[in-house]
Amino acid sequence: MSQVTLVDYGLGNLHSVINALTHVGVTVKIAEAGDAILAADRLILPGVGAFADGMAGLTRREQLAPLRAVSQRGTPLMGICLGMQLLFDESEEFGLHQGLGIIPGRVARIPVDGVKVPHVGWNRLQVPEGISWSATPLTQTPIGTWAYFVHSFRAEVRDKAHLLSTCSYGPYTIAAAVRHGSTFGLQYHPEKSGPAGLEMLKTFCSL
Amino acid sequence: MPLRIIPRLDIKAPNLVKGMKLEGLRVIGDPAEHAIRYAEQGADELMYQDIVASLYNRNSIADLVRKTAERIFIPLTVGGGIRTIADIQNLLRAGADKVCINTEAMKRPTFITEAATTFGSQCVVVAIETIRQLNGTWHAFTDNGRGRTGLDAYDWALKAVELGAGELLLTSVDREGMRKGFDIDFIKRLAKAVDIPVIAHGGAGNAQHLADVAALGVDGIALASVLHYKTSTVGDLKRDLAQCGHEVRL
Repeated sequence: MSQVTLVDYGLGNLHSVINALTHVGVTVKIAEAGDAILAADRLILPGVGAFADGMAGLTRREQLAPLRAVSQRGTPLMGICLGMQLLFDESEEFGLHQGLGIIPGRVARIPVDGVKVPHVGWNRLQVPEGISWSATPLTQTPIGTWAYFVHSFRAEVRDKAHLLSTCSYGPYTIAAAVRHGSTFGLQYHPEKSGPAGLEMLKTFCSL
Repeated sequence: MPLRIIPRLDIKAPNLVKGMKLEGLRVIGDPAEHAIRYAEQGADELMYQDIVASLYNRNSIADLVRKTAERIFIPLTVGGGIRTIADIQNLLRAGADKVCINTEAMKRPTFITEAATTFGSQCVVVAIETIRQLNGTWHAFTDNGRGRTGLDAYDWALKAVELGAGELLLTSVDREGMRKGFDIDFIKRLAKAVDIPVIAHGGAGNAQHLADVAALGVDGIALASVLHYKTSTVGDLKRDLAQCGHEVRL
């Protein structure tokens, strides 16, 4: 029976992710304290909301150092939506804010020329040239699989090797998934992407 | 982005119901069962509308939302009788991803801004319920099409966008349930004027109707009668749309 620890940093609605994980047979533990985070063998950092609020939540609960530590030591960690964005160095949402700094790069607003913002709806996951999905949450995912996105800001990796998947939106390329060692980030919501999304959660929980 | 096909379920707990022009309700069956079937057929999102929220116990829809969220893993929007930030909080906690507001927003427009600021505009769908008037304009209604406001629907829709709405649901009260096509004139004008996602609702009877409204550049189409009365399925409608050259998720 696989298990995963969900990090609670006050940004509401863990339920969707919990429901999805439970549905695919994964046992879920919720962690708020730094000790619980450090003790975990596998973690998910969910989140919906503004970057600054997310960082404030993590800071207030003294979760920044533990999260950096678990990532550093190679414990599988996956950020979802805002959780993915928090992994980066900084974001320009409502002012410039520092992030966890686990993945080099920044988070910037999706340009409004020619597209509606937020980017909302289903989009196809593509694989950048030279990148492999093996040993990632996308191991079982066919290229071109649809996933559900809803966000106004996009991550911009500094190192192309960290870009696991992209999608096209109008004239723009959006980072759909990222990875750095055993740390992963999904910009879309796997818990809202139907059976394919559930498969990604299940796969992450077996890495 | 592919056009989103969104089955809409009117709920008079514990039943899925359907009316015409938002009245004259018939019981169709179990909402969760229908929701699951539509999700399996390829629905992109689901919408639950509590159509008697102000009259009956509002908690019953939260229970349905909870039950649904345990079994369906696509986005769920819930509307009907949402009056306060706490109402929204309860529904999101129960498993809704977005809420749909109308009546309270028309009574107190700043509610839109409060909701968007608290939960993010992506959570806030504002429904514009329209009835075409004899003089060729459209008026906005509240209370599931029952409350007259005399306000111009187009102007109100633009205001809702300004106030922070994340998406607009354009419901044609006079066309809904009739399966004779959408209110093309109103939707065409509004879809061009706003830069947030627009979902057309009211009048779908066949794939041609969907293709006609898709051509206006809407982002999603909400369907009820055509699915609940099994005139067609989500899969068949999507395949027909694809054949007409519209991008859909298949």
